Amino acid sequence: MTETMATNGTTTGSRGSRVLGAATLLGLATLLLFAFGLTEADIRLHPTTGEEIGQFDAVRLLYLHVPLAVFTYVAFVLCAFASAGYLIRRTPWFDTMAHAAAEVGTVFCGLVLVTGSIWGRPVWNTWWEWGDVRLMTTLVLFLMFTGYLALRRATVDPRAAARRGAVVALVAVLDLPLVNRSVEWWENRTLHQKSTLGELKIQDLTLFTLMLGFLVFGLVLAWLLLHRFRVGWLEREDAEHGIAADIAERRAAIDEGDVDAAVGEGT
Amino acid sequence: MTHLGYLIAGWGIALGTFAVYALSVVRRGRDLARRVPAERSRWLTAPGADAGNRG
Repeated sequence: MTETMATNGTTTGSRGSRVLGAATLLGLATLLLFAFGLTEADIRLHPTTGEEIGQFDAVRLLYLHVPLAVFTYVAFVLCAFASAGYLIRRTPWFDTMAHAAAEVGTVFCGLVLVTGSIWGRPVWNTWWEWGDVRLMTTLVLFLMFTGYLALRRATVDPRAAARRGAVVALVAVLDLPLVNRSVEWWENRTLHQKSTLGELKIQDLTLFTLMLGFLVFGLVLAWLLLHRFRVGWLEREDAEHGIAADIAERRAAIDEGDVDAAVGEGT
Repeated sequence: MTHLGYLIAGWGIALGTFAVYALSVVRRGRDLARRVPAERSRWLTAPGADAGNRG
């Protein structure tokens, strides 16, 4: 497995990641075709007045927004599992995976907030609603994982960064059930509707395009995670290799009797 | 098509952000891959194999 994941030494790409990347780009092109070319706008007639109602073409933003939201959950849950794994096993694999999932998940979460806001303006007539429980719990989630990334960057000792990060991730992920269930638990305090997927309120091409969106953004997440994990692994190796090379250089200087070089003077 | 500006903004920001982020990750990987010796460029090891050696 190690060999199949290895690269040619100059990139973090491998044959597998290139196939995944090509499938992702092809999927994105297909999704755009379905989202903009093949599906209809959401236009219905009011039962009594006969007036046209619905989301009109703004519904096309949901093929993006909903999959992004679901894969935000996936990334943060993965981060939490990897963080728990790190606290139990203390291996770099878990820590590198947790850090990668947190960073990619934060990008997804930020885009959920932005695309939701852009969708909300034409459909709800507002960019943001401070009293909406789902919006606020999602914003809190985003801020907590932004804090996780800042904490990791600010902590110099990598072991302390990994340990503290793992604890923060396990606390932050507790917000996920609140985000997900908020429309059920506080249904009067949110503009969001309950899940339309569970009750199959959408059908045919609309449902197919939404499912395609899930597949495509799942591929996007997988590709980004794979590369971000490899970058994290290389960062760790680079730091350790740099220290090891430094020590070797100074030992060599001592052997040669060059005390100034060994203690770092004049270098 | 209605709401064209919102559609372009929503999809454009999302796809643009992913493109920029993906490029930055690939570029960071390239820089690091040049610096790290090939024998240390392992991406996955069995969890626990080097427990205790690293944080």
